[in-house]
Amino acid sequence: MLSAPSPASPAALPTPTPVSGAVATLQALVAEGVDTIFGYPGGAIIPIYDALYDFKAQLNHVLVRHEQGGIHAAQGYARSSGRVGVALATSGPGATNLVTGLADALIDSTPVVCITGQVFAHLLGTDAFQETDIINITTPVTKWNYQVTRAEEIPEALAKAFYIARSGRPGPVLVDITKNAQMQLFDAPEYQPCTHIRSYRPAPVVRRKYVEQAAALINSARRPFILWGQGVVLGGAEAEFREFVEKSGIPAAWTILGTGALPTGHPLNVGMLGMHGNYGPNVLTNECDVLIAIGMRFDDRVTGRLDKYARQAQIIHLDIDPTEIGKNVPTAVPVWGDCKETLPLLTALIEPKQHTAWLARFNDHLAQEVAAVIREELFPTSEELTMGEVMQQLNEITQGEAVIVSDVGQHQMVACRYARQNQSRSHVTSGGLGTMGFALPAAIGAKFGAPHRPVVAVIGDGGFQMTIQELGTIMQTGVDVKIIILNNQFLGMVRQWQELFHQRRYSFVDIQSPDFVAVAAGYRIAGQRVDARAELRPALEKMLAHPGSFLLEVLVTKENNIFPMVPQGCSVAEIRLR
Amino acid sequence: MRLLRVARNDKRFQSAKIMDRQEYNITAYTENQVGLLNRIAIIFSRRKINIESLNVSPSEIEGIHRFNIVIVETEEVVEKLAKQIEKQVEVLKVYYNTNADVIWQEMALYKVPTDVIAEKVLVERLLRENGARAVVIRKDYTVFETTGHREETDNLLKALQPYGLIEFVRSARIAIIKASDGFHHKLQEFERREPGEEVAENEFLNDRDAVFTM
Ligand SMILES: Cc1ncc(C[n+]2csc(CCOP(=O)(O)OP(=O)(O)O)c2C)c(N)n1
Repeated sequence: MLSAPSPASPAALPTPTPVSGAVATLQALVAEGVDTIFGYPGGAIIPIYDALYDFKAQLNHVLVRHEQGGIHAAQGYARSSGRVGVALATSGPGATNLVTGLADALIDSTPVVCITGQVFAHLLGTDAFQETDIINITTPVTKWNYQVTRAEEIPEALAKAFYIARSGRPGPVLVDITKNAQMQLFDAPEYQPCTHIRSYRPAPVVRRKYVEQAAALINSARRPFILWGQGVVLGGAEAEFREFVEKSGIPAAWTILGTGALPTGHPLNVGMLGMHGNYGPNVLTNECDVLIAIGMRFDDRVTGRLDKYARQAQIIHLDIDPTEIGKNVPTAVPVWGDCKETLPLLTALIEPKQHTAWLARFNDHLAQEVAAVIREELFPTSEELTMGEVMQQLNEITQGEAVIVSDVGQHQMVACRYARQNQSRSHVTSGGLGTMGFALPAAIGAKFGAPHRPVVAVIGDGGFQMTIQELGTIMQTGVDVKIIILNNQFLGMVRQWQELFHQRRYSFVDIQSPDFVAVAAGYRIAGQRVDARAELRPALEKMLAHPGSFLLEVLVTKENNIFPMVPQGCSVAEIRLR
Repeated sequence: MRLLRVARNDKRFQSAKIMDRQEYNITAYTENQVGLLNRIAIIFSRRKINIESLNVSPSEIEGIHRFNIVIVETEEVVEKLAKQIEKQVEVLKVYYNTNADVIWQEMALYKVPTDVIAEKVLVERLLRENGARAVVIRKDYTVFETTGHREETDNLLKALQPYGLIEFVRSARIAIIKASDGFHHKLQEFERREPGEEVAENEFLNDRDAVFTM
């Protein structure tokens, strides 16, 4: 892969001084604009850690408590900042602990560069101490990976890694560096960022023909509907998207990773799609005549049963990744390209319209949903606290300015459904993989990525215990993360399925928890536990006003269900309100 | 894509596209990179698709390798697989074709006891009838070679089996496109363009009716 460095006139280059592979690694990170790395040391990566000792001024290293925490933090950093997240780990168990995060980042298109140490090159393949074949282990869960065995390869390998991670459809890459390569001295050339790979075309040429066809279809549509996903955010195309939506006057609904690209309060934002999405967007998916999918991939959590999904609609699909077009649903017009580029072309060709009657139908459905579900969830008349009212109170205090990081389960769906967001990159969650334990470390990373915004993690009692050790990272770094544990004393989402689809056979879903506030106190983190409505608002205010991290445990109703719901194997139009 | 859309508008074609499993020849042009074989193999194995035949060799272009992969699948699946292979960073371009679209060959070697062959068989006739060639003739054994489609290499296998066939091996399939300018032209065009400039879809397939009529 690695070709010889491009020849330059010797006069133009300063005489290279020999550096170690480890130093070259860190120089590459600095040259790529990295300011924060999340990592955990070990034998096979000691040379890089040794070099880090001298890079403290340029690189802020965050010592996590588990490598999974490291990569989730890097993901949180990437998602809140829009930059590449970086994680370091040692060989063997350190490297394998990254696998869940890599899989999560791949499916959610998160740009992450992982650097792993590896045993000496001469020991490769010998079952040496802490040797694992991390390249082959991570092949299915990386966008690209590469093993470096000589220091000379390092600058180019890392340049490629960053270029691949952030360009096209972003994703995780892993560079595995043998110990000898980290230690070896070599004459490092001046760092050259990568801008071209022979076989890689991240930005496709936009075919105007298809943009024109799409515009014609949109102009002729009577009940058009926009579905948008994270592609809008990854392309940095929020403004272009908004212009398109506003000129077209078309109602638009979001996937959970697209959230925030159009503010929650926008009149054309009609809500969330999918299994626990809003009623209108799901039902009306099967009534629209033209479906415009933008930077989303028709995940099964969004589509429900495919053979009953939007059969009546002509589908226009805008995506940068050609493998997504036509993958799950037949596409009438494929618009391959970065939506930052394609959307303005499309906006220019469409006629300004208002689909008043059609939009009113979404609002009618919303009114039904409010009456049947939302009012009681957000303003409960029951005695016990609901997850929804916690989000509602939080919204009122933060006014939609906080970055919400949610874990996986019922609380995640509540957070996605009800969190108010005024700006993009305001909700970090594990969408495609649904990784419990994601939120606590991701929130740490998100705060490093967006230091001036409040970061609030919303986590279930189950998921919190999967990466609870990262409280240590918070303690040591002093990072300001507000943690809300919505404790229903159950693995709630699984319990909901058991209740609805397995005759209430609650098999191993009642989970006991430690005294979370006491655990936090053990890590010198302030906290409070709330189980009465009157205490909720003051506690939330106290948490947000608190200088530094704060853990708020809220005891919520044990057997609450998330509705609406598209049951597994049903069409989106069969969404149940109850 | 044009092909696809035409297909979708045509009900008969659509069902044919979904239903008919047949042999497809997938041709992938890639950089010569450690680990790429695994990346490509995974694309098949995660969908539980069995690869019938796989051949990897350098291509006519410096530094570019060529994979020939044969699977039995529907066009719909093959198209998705081809896109997923092409999505890999080190893969330049992927094409897929039915057997009718390509010229393909497999090579077979047959090892038989020389004494039996010499005693019992009209070797010359056997060779002529099967288009075979003796590669090695030793006292203890003789190795024959044929090249051709499966039936052809099978014919000699059948003919030699009664004479104490010791060993038999058949190579992976290699295939070359029937069109006169072939893949090379397309690939050159791809290579000429700098980053960002790309053929938006598999244009070759769009034109395949024209190209393949011989
Ligand atoms: C690592 C992992 N293991 C298992 C699951 C399956 N799972 C999905 S939701 C859920 C329950 C989550 O419980 P909790 O964290 O208490 O949140 P709640 O649903 O109660 O809000 C489980 C076990 C998962 N998503 N991730």
